[in-house]
Amino acid sequence: MKALAASRRHRLAPVILMTLALFLTGAVYAALAPSSAQANSASADDIEEGRRLFITNCSTCHGMDAEGSDTVPSLIGVGAASVHFQVITGRMPMDADAPQAGAKPPQFNDEQARQLAAYVATLGPGPGIPGEDVVDPELGNAAEGMQLFRTNCAMCHNFVGAGGALSNGKYAPALDDSTPIEIYEAMITGPQSMPVFNNANLNEEDKRNIIAFLISQREPNPGGFNLGSIGSVSEGVWAFLVGFGLLIGAAVWIGARSS
Amino acid sequence: MTTDLAPGPKVDPKIAATADFLDTRLGISKMFKGLGRKLFPDHWSFLLGEIALYSFIVLILSGTFLVFFFVPSMNEIHYPHDALPVTMQGQPMSEAFASTLNLSFHVRGGLFMRQLHHWSALIFVGAMVIHMLRILFTGAFRKPRELNYLIGFLMLITSLLAGLTGYSLPDDVLSGNGLRITDGVVRSIPIIGSYMSFMVFGGEFPGMDVIPRMYALHILFIPGLILALVAVHLFLVFWHKHTQYPGPGRTDKNVVGFPLFPIYVAKAGGFFFIVFGILGLMGATMSINNVWNYGPFDPALVGAGAQPDWYMLFLEGSLRLMPGWEVVIGGFTLSLNVLIPAVVIPGLLFTILGAYPFIHNLVTKDTGEHHVLDRPRNAPTRTAIIVAVLSAFFVLLGAGANDLIATHFSLSLNAITWAFRILFFVLPVVAFVVTKRVCFGLQRKDRELVLHGHETGRVVRFASGEYAEVHQPLDEFERWVLVGQDLPKPLEIEPAEDVNGVRRPGHTKELRRQNLSRFFYEERVEPVTPAELAAAHATGAHDALPASAGRDVHELEARSH
Repeated sequence: MKALAASRRHRLAPVILMTLALFLTGAVYAALAPSSAQANSASADDIEEGRRLFITNCSTCHGMDAEGSDTVPSLIGVGAASVHFQVITGRMPMDADAPQAGAKPPQFNDEQARQLAAYVATLGPGPGIPGEDVVDPELGNAAEGMQLFRTNCAMCHNFVGAGGALSNGKYAPALDDSTPIEIYEAMITGPQSMPVFNNANLNEEDKRNIIAFLISQREPNPGGFNLGSIGSVSEGVWAFLVGFGLLIGAAVWIGARSS
Repeated sequence: MTTDLAPGPKVDPKIAATADFLDTRLGISKMFKGLGRKLFPDHWSFLLGEIALYSFIVLILSGTFLVFFFVPSMNEIHYPHDALPVTMQGQPMSEAFASTLNLSFHVRGGLFMRQLHHWSALIFVGAMVIHMLRILFTGAFRKPRELNYLIGFLMLITSLLAGLTGYSLPDDVLSGNGLRITDGVVRSIPIIGSYMSFMVFGGEFPGMDVIPRMYALHILFIPGLILALVAVHLFLVFWHKHTQYPGPGRTDKNVVGFPLFPIYVAKAGGFFFIVFGILGLMGATMSINNVWNYGPFDPALVGAGAQPDWYMLFLEGSLRLMPGWEVVIGGFTLSLNVLIPAVVIPGLLFTILGAYPFIHNLVTKDTGEHHVLDRPRNAPTRTAIIVAVLSAFFVLLGAGANDLIATHFSLSLNAITWAFRILFFVLPVVAFVVTKRVCFGLQRKDRELVLHGHETGRVVRFASGEYAEVHQPLDEFERWVLVGQDLPKPLEIEPAEDVNGVRRPGHTKELRRQNLSRFFYEERVEPVTPAELAAAHATGAHDALPASAGRDVHELEARSH
């Protein structure tokens, strides 16, 4: 006891105590915090709540049993990931009959989206919502991701994911606001015009590398303003707006003392 | 004795000694006497060519910096694992691409120099095009300047080649795709196409030769050619003396302006630093051609939104608009889908552009020298033709960016393409008619202004009850500009048969020329003649009411309320 009392005033004591306190807080948090809901670990209450949300919000188009129709896809077997992606990005419920359901502010929060996903997942087996570590960009390799992105994604989404046009009013959206989970879910479920990239052609590590590349693109451009990252056309527009705007302004100023 | 002399301007003995040193060896005093007193007229649009010249100087300076660090080789290496950017570490790439990355990320000021070089290139070509439009709109290409116009046109073509070769050097995906399109265009030329492609690339595309070849052209041959053309161009500007806009006292036999020294040396010298400064600002703050986003060239890859620099965008647009027509003749494919948009259309555009002064001479049979410029409204047909060609050019630019228009304005790509296909043929016609009408309208407004003066907004009532607006007559300086234009008359030819009923030889040829001349000059608004002006002043007395008389009537009117 005496030794402990003496070391109480040791100069490293506050550091050690603080470290211990942080560990303790972390351990208590890990034990008590609600674990992130997984489609396969959803409780019966969640599924029931999801069914209620589905009946109220989705069944008008997709049918009471999610069986779909001639113009509306069936949701049996699409999996939790698909439902979670469509709902959390605001694409579903769809607001207008457009060539493509666009992203908009979501109508449901993440908990409700996961409940809906859990309900649809009970209708047939499909890809589930990924865990945090599966999509963690910190664990991915951006250089490998860029190679994969250039080979598989850039022809529609542009070199850095700024988006691009498809035929007849459809488009590949910009990816600069998408969360890692959304990017992963889009790859595994292939929403709308997008092809499915299942684990046979891009395995989990590949997907994580792509996510790492896309997240690394959000850092500031070393060259200055990125001008929308859409290439030469915007550069030309800026050359004429800013460059010739200033140059001709200066020319008018110099030539202004005209006789 | 010295005190009796009139005090001259005090000159620092050091300056005097330097001036004497140079004068006795180079004869600079003669140069100053001759060149320094040369006059240049003042107008902002005369500085457009200077923007091109100065951005060319910036191009040479920044380009020289880049040459120190760029390696024009297509040998494959792996980018080092400890070099930036992170996304390129360990990737296989050509030495050309690796050296571009290295000079962007590891050479101090390298990225700035690359961006400065690229922005200057966009501005250089842009300034040349705008300068050329100014020349065309104002008729500055007329005798004696046809050859100088041709030299300027050659510079534009050479600069497009400089742009094409420079764009291809970094060996990123975009530049490789650009080269692939060039390859396709060359191959679309019947019979010799595939041989020419093998000649350009030293074998099958892309090969190992194309970047060293483009490099030699880009840093040595093309800039040398442009420099030589610039020298001749500027010499001819001196030789012909500068054109001037119509104004009081300005004729085809004089130049009204300021002397080269000191006014224009200061103005032009100052403008150089302004241009350099603006280009420097752009290079420092606005990213351009981020090659590390595109990655090393791989013929299998392409990205959405892959377009060339703006001056090549019209070619991209015409390729995108063209339907996929192909004809097979005796087992050989004639690729009309590439030949027409990428060879025939630019060929037509550039032929018309280069030959325009000579077409003009052919139509007008004008042999006089012109040093006073036309106001564009006073040459309605020419102005309308230029606007019509420009409108087609803009349609092609839009078509080149059709995917970006689709995503940014939520439109259907297919609908845009069809709209542009129709507009390419319809818009020039509409633009021609509308521009011509606008020109005539402006000419009529000029007539109105000369005959009746400026509206003052003061309405007066006469004792008889008549209302009229008081007009302020033009002073003669203002009138000079509005009545001075010299409109060529449409060609009048002799009748097809003489009095004896004998057919005149060469009549059909002359008839064709007359029709062309009528197309240009038949519909016209004549400038006000002195007689008309005198008549207008005599009859329209109230229009030219002196201000004081007007006020009297005005007060009368006010009292009557």
